[in-house]
Amino acid sequence: MSNLIEAFGALKQFWPVAVALGLMLAPVRKRWWWAVVLGGSLIVTLGGLCLGIVSVYAVRVQALICITAILAVSLTFINGVTGLFSIGHAGFMIVGAYVSGILTALVFKLAPGTPLALAVPVFLLSLVLGGAASAATGLVVGLPTLRLRGDYLAIATIGFAEIIGVVLRFVTFDREVGGAVVQVGGPRGVPGVPAMPGPVPPGFDGNTAGVAAAFVYSLLILALVVWLLRNYIFSTHGRACCAVRDDEAAAEILGVDTVFYKVHTFVVGAFFAGVGGGLLAHWSNFIHPSMGGFVRSIEYLIVVYLGGIGSLSGGILAAALLTIMDVFLKDLLQGRDAWRMAIYGAILVAVILRRPNGLYGGREFRWLLPAGRRRDARS
Amino acid sequence: MTSTALCSRRDSVPTFRPKEPGRMEEFLNQLINGLQRGSLYALIALGYTLVYGVLHLINFAHGEVFMIGAFVAFFAVLLAGAGFLAALGAAMICCALLALLMERGVYRPLRHRPRLAGLIAAIGLSIFLSSLVQTLSFGFTPRGASEPVRFSGASYNAFPARRLFEQASYRVVPGMDVYLTNVQILNFTVSLVLMAGLWILVRKTTLGMAMRACANNKDALALMGVNVNRVIAFTFVVGGALAGAGGVLSALTYPRIDAMMGLMPGLKAFVAAVLGGIGSVPGAMLGGFLMGIAEVGAASALPSQPVDYTPLADGVSFAVLILVLLVRPRGILGEAEREKV
Repeated sequence: MSNLIEAFGALKQFWPVAVALGLMLAPVRKRWWWAVVLGGSLIVTLGGLCLGIVSVYAVRVQALICITAILAVSLTFINGVTGLFSIGHAGFMIVGAYVSGILTALVFKLAPGTPLALAVPVFLLSLVLGGAASAATGLVVGLPTLRLRGDYLAIATIGFAEIIGVVLRFVTFDREVGGAVVQVGGPRGVPGVPAMPGPVPPGFDGNTAGVAAAFVYSLLILALVVWLLRNYIFSTHGRACCAVRDDEAAAEILGVDTVFYKVHTFVVGAFFAGVGGGLLAHWSNFIHPSMGGFVRSIEYLIVVYLGGIGSLSGGILAAALLTIMDVFLKDLLQGRDAWRMAIYGAILVAVILRRPNGLYGGREFRWLLPAGRRRDARS
Repeated sequence: MTSTALCSRRDSVPTFRPKEPGRMEEFLNQLINGLQRGSLYALIALGYTLVYGVLHLINFAHGEVFMIGAFVAFFAVLLAGAGFLAALGAAMICCALLALLMERGVYRPLRHRPRLAGLIAAIGLSIFLSSLVQTLSFGFTPRGASEPVRFSGASYNAFPARRLFEQASYRVVPGMDVYLTNVQILNFTVSLVLMAGLWILVRKTTLGMAMRACANNKDALALMGVNVNRVIAFTFVVGGALAGAGGVLSALTYPRIDAMMGLMPGLKAFVAAVLGGIGSVPGAMLGGFLMGIAEVGAASALPSQPVDYTPLADGVSFAVLILVLLVRPRGILGEAEREKV
């Protein structure tokens, strides 16, 4: 019982998330509202951190929310917009995490004390390269599985994700390079991924500044990913993807190059998943092959379905709600992690049975919709 | 995940190893192991293929039914002192009921919704069941023991195989070091009897005819005055009972059970069903045996020195899956599905 009260009490520290969600859900149709949402989230969280009314832990959780949201929107793009039922998303994610994490670990260990002006571009470059590696994986997965549809495709993506996981257990690189020991150990994973580089303002310790930097990077990259995907979805290409989802044969007859768009979707979705994976690696300072496993893929699938399949806004909402629920359950259950997954499974079944559209299916935040399309994202 | 019961190499080798086996003997021994693992895959794959046949649904939670079968047998033996047949029967009945419950509670309401809704619900059920078993943790006193033991669903529990059978092995080929253990013989006997029973059920009985008709055309079957709901429920019951039997046999062979033991065998048995041709009963049996042989073969062919590559055998089944889907998506014995526009 005291656990319950404490766990509910701990929820109070996430008030900046509530503020951000409130701004997002505000019924404002103007396009410039995005700047208010983004700026508001940054100011509330960072300002709160400076004033000491938002804990470092809460900011760290908020960074995780942004990373989860990146993975959710990239998965909702593959599953909901083009309708390719992929359930191996963590497989793409882990490729990006490995590439990006190993790259920065190598660079920062070889050249300790890299100045910030150099460290930031290196970090961003590593994210892009991680994304590119994931995109290449997406191409490898997408090309042969084109002919498959529906549940067969789902199983094939699980197969690929498992193969990626098995192969990663054999990626071993354990030697001294220029006086620094670089450990990239197969089944042990990659320990010692550096934190995201950021400035340390006077009066702050390195840890606080690092967490703040992680939050800023994650939020800005989430904004960028959502902006890119939103523009893609409401473009001609996005229409074509929706057409492939609704009726592939009809789309083909109307002249949509279905093969191109299916591969394209896989590559784009995998790219963003890789970027998210890179962020996750630097957020947790550790990568393990099991992070690319089936259970992790299912977690992202649950975020997407709770949010409403095909809705970017729903993905963000569900990422926030589920991540905070995670924290809540961790406090409540004191490490009995299995309950968490049992509740997740029950949520997934309940959503499918009772609310097939999830929280926000078929809708988007109003300020995300282009002019003249403010009513229904899917019309 | 590599540590699930059917996956590690340590278990794929019989409990003893003949000294310096010849290549032929090694091959035959591994073949027996492969067939034995294949018989387990076949039992699970039959459940997938039956359900897929009538509903076009991948019942992802089927691997969890298999896992629960092993746990039911575990408690039947330890708490009630059941013998092998009693434990097998208890597991088959409980798993049949569980499958029935899943059909009633989850799959039936989703039947007229898009096909993927069923698959997602099945994934949710699978995670739910395996996590629920993981949360179990309590102490109990086994029958005939004085000290209570701690049971935890999240860790490995030793299955009391010794209480049922004393391990024994028999030389199969005179003059060669090729052995068959009594557990393996039991494995083959039970799975072959069950498969033969299923074959008779599907081919020779009215209910089996209804199942086949249901796979062919549900609406027409309903127009003939057959209760389609009952036929589908019965299909789930049969699949669940087979998976339960598979769980008991698996627990007996690799005598440790845990909550995640259903996940990988479930996936691999599904691959076996696809390999044989999903929807086809003989296909599932064939696919299961082929998959078992391929996996054990890969594990014994991969070098374990200087780096232990045997975990790569876990990936073999998925590589097989992707190959099958590319080359012959309908599987070895499956019928091609034409899409109507």
